Amino acid sequence: MHPHIKFRVAKSKAAEIILIVLAFFVTAPLLFIIYYIFQKGIKVINWNFLTQLPHPVGEVGGGIVNALVGSGLIVLYASIMAIPIGILCGIYLSEHKSSKLAYFSRLCVDVLQGVPSIVIGIVVYFWIVKPLHTFSAISGSVALAIMMLPIIIKSTEETLKLLPASLKEAAIALAIPYHRVITKVLLPCGISGILSGIILSVARIAGETAPLLFTAFGNPYLNTNMLKPMQSLPLLIFNYATSPYDEWHDLAWGAALILLFTVLLLNIITKLTTRKWNVQL
Amino acid sequence: MEDLTIASKKAYNKKIGMEVLFTRTLIIVALLLIVLVLGIMTTLIIESLPSIKSLGFKFLWSKTWDPVNNIYGGYPFLLGTVLTSFIALAISIPFSFAIAVYLGEYNSKGWLSNLLKNIVELIAAVPSVIYGFWGLLVLVPIVRDFETKFNILPYGIGIFTASIILSIMIIPYAASMGRELIKMVPSNLKEGAYSLGATRFEVIKSVIFPYTKSGLFAGVLLSLGRALGETMAVTMVIGNTSLIPTSIFSPGNTMASVIANEFTEADHTLYLSALIELGLFLFCVTVVINIIGKFIINKFSNN
Repeated sequence: MHPHIKFRVAKSKAAEIILIVLAFFVTAPLLFIIYYIFQKGIKVINWNFLTQLPHPVGEVGGGIVNALVGSGLIVLYASIMAIPIGILCGIYLSEHKSSKLAYFSRLCVDVLQGVPSIVIGIVVYFWIVKPLHTFSAISGSVALAIMMLPIIIKSTEETLKLLPASLKEAAIALAIPYHRVITKVLLPCGISGILSGIILSVARIAGETAPLLFTAFGNPYLNTNMLKPMQSLPLLIFNYATSPYDEWHDLAWGAALILLFTVLLLNIITKLTTRKWNVQL
Repeated sequence: MEDLTIASKKAYNKKIGMEVLFTRTLIIVALLLIVLVLGIMTTLIIESLPSIKSLGFKFLWSKTWDPVNNIYGGYPFLLGTVLTSFIALAISIPFSFAIAVYLGEYNSKGWLSNLLKNIVELIAAVPSVIYGFWGLLVLVPIVRDFETKFNILPYGIGIFTASIILSIMIIPYAASMGRELIKMVPSNLKEGAYSLGATRFEVIKSVIFPYTKSGLFAGVLLSLGRALGETMAVTMVIGNTSLIPTSIFSPGNTMASVIANEFTEADHTLYLSALIELGLFLFCVTVVINIIGKFIINKFSNN
């Protein structure tokens, strides 16, 4: 073989090897983080950890029940607000592909998707926390709901667009009213795509901390009143991780393990359903 | 007979009523979204008015931030944000592009590429507070050792550490965008180059990259947008000082992290509204970056 050609082939081979090494090297940090958190967190997780309140500094043990309950409630209320609006908006965007309102609405979805979460925290602070004169869990839910919206809207729109037009035409030909065509034909057909969008949005906001800093604020005690400050898992991890106490670090590792596995599990569920249904999110 | 027609007419009217209600609800919800975004914008502008009025826009590049003496300048945070984001981008781009090319060109099917693709996407799923926690307790000591070896003041925390964490977090955005685009390169272009005797590397360099250039750039923009607005992970490892950073190893602050740290402590109007002005600026920059990115991608996929 001519030496120049040999050189080119060698260069191509070398580039391929470098590329593969770089590409697979990226998995290292993630696997390391998962391994490290698993190793640290599994030691502290037991029944007391899940059912007790955090103990004061210096006392061994204690749990994070306030954060578990708080996270659950805040995410639940956020979902209740975001899911109906998100699905309806997704329906509008898929039904009116080129109207002016749809154009601006879609632009707003894109904008909303890119807004830094801390900015949403600031805005909700002025919308809800300041008029009510108190930090509250419900304001945290509103902030998270705003962050859920773009994901739900996008997934609903994309799913409904994928459904064959003949489905809708057949239903309309049977003289079924428009709203029933959508609620009884299109939505049930696209339900798995929409559901996976919802699960993905829950996974995305369950770990959000920045919008909760000035809204839900955190609370060392168990609280189920949505109008009072409430603890949540990410806030607890942030506060305890930045504290100088080892006991609190241990609690934070446990909380991080629970949060990480919940989020990863939700993501994997989404991946399995979307792969089966071939939905693009 | 008469009753029947009236009854059916009523039912008919009810149906029409439902239908009108439904279409109107859809329109209202679509409008609601626009109102929401406009509301976010106006709230930010109104609340930052005191600072805009008394400090003007030069606020962004005046150099001292001293809330105790009522002096506000955003330059330390502007510099911190730019430094962390661009260092993170520089570190992440080779990895993102490697993943994009590997998954788009070398190995686009099969279990291995599927596994890698899913793992890369899971990197984006890990909550940022967890990256911050891990960075604080694992990465910071490593960086501190590194700094001691090279005779740099061993803070451990600082702009460099924040950039490393950020670079891991933003890899997936440019990578999955790039993968989609590289897959869209028409195979007759690639086959033409191969038939002229090009090696695989040459095909990637002179066919795939030029063809997908604008789209890859858009993916990098989306990554940048993420990096600029990222708050928690950065806040936990950057050191949070309002002094102007002297080197990339010194502690600093970004716009997002200073808001996270000082917002609840801001005790007078000007202080608070200076922080909100930073937020407004961050909002505008990320919105512009995202819209440009989306625009390029739409143009690319329509071609």
